[in-house]
Amino acid sequence: MNKRTLRFIFTMAFSFCLLLAGAQDAGQGPVEMADAMRQNGKIYVVVAVILTILAGIILYLVRIDRKVSKLEKESL
Amino acid sequence: MPGLPHSVMRKSWWKIACVILLVYAVVGGLLLPVPALRQLEETIRNLYYHVCMWFAMMILFTVSMVYSVRYLRTLDYRFDLYSRAFAVTGLVMGLLGYSTGAIWASYTWADPNNPAYASFGTIAREPKLIGAAIAILIYFAYFVLRSSITDMDKRAKVGAVYNIFAYAMLFPSIWIVPRLLPSLHPGQEGNPALNFNDIDARMRMVFYPAVIGWTLLGVWISTLNIRIGLITEKKWLHE
Repeated sequence: MNKRTLRFIFTMAFSFCLLLAGAQDAGQGPVEMADAMRQNGKIYVVVAVILTILAGIILYLVRIDRKVSKLEKESL
Repeated sequence: MPGLPHSVMRKSWWKIACVILLVYAVVGGLLLPVPALRQLEETIRNLYYHVCMWFAMMILFTVSMVYSVRYLRTLDYRFDLYSRAFAVTGLVMGLLGYSTGAIWASYTWADPNNPAYASFGTIAREPKLIGAAIAILIYFAYFVLRSSITDMDKRAKVGAVYNIFAYAMLFPSIWIVPRLLPSLHPGQEGNPALNFNDIDARMRMVFYPAVIGWTLLGVWISTLNIRIGLITEKKWLHE
């Protein structure tokens, strides 16, 4: 890896950290919950995405489990 | 066969329970009501994920330590295999707990626009983070130590002894010392999330099932590694 790529990666990582730090602000006033997301139902999109990822991981685990079971049968 | 009965590792009922609990942790965790707290706001839901990683890590490391003790008592190589597999998964859970904590903290502890929040300098001195980092590094050393010994019996013996030491080191580094020092991390005066007075009843309904679900996922992955190990190390196990 040359110097320029390294510097690029460092800059990207650093600006990501800054972005994380500056991405939010909190004031006094009422506590802000994500009520809008609940009202317009967008929260279900988030639930669907996470469930899909979970399903993918579980299916992958089940496949590995089956493969190991098959190997166990062959080696016993 | 001593230790975990092979049939239990291959049974599917607890894997199905794991999936159901995790689906509940995601759906219930995102949709069920939570208390509205300043500064934390909606991120309080991270309790079902970030904190569960640490609970799962602690349980998996405990199981790993128990198998290390059993190895030293019996010198049965299988227990060494079990102990290592649980430690690997525990370490993965710990790393996930650490990185999710870093993300969570960067939104709720540090904010340059809000003088009430801490600076990054304060976070770098956060005893809970340093303690957790030390604990994780000690477990990294366990794997470095193991891979540096080529003799199988010596590796298993030294590894088991070190694993017990590493488990003992978890207590000062993540349980005791961070509580003696001022910290931004919640749960300074007790067990965060376990104290019945500071966790909302509505959240407990999701939190406990989530802990069990994530732990079972860790156990599932560990048993897969164990079963693969039992096949590949077969020639050493039946002597």
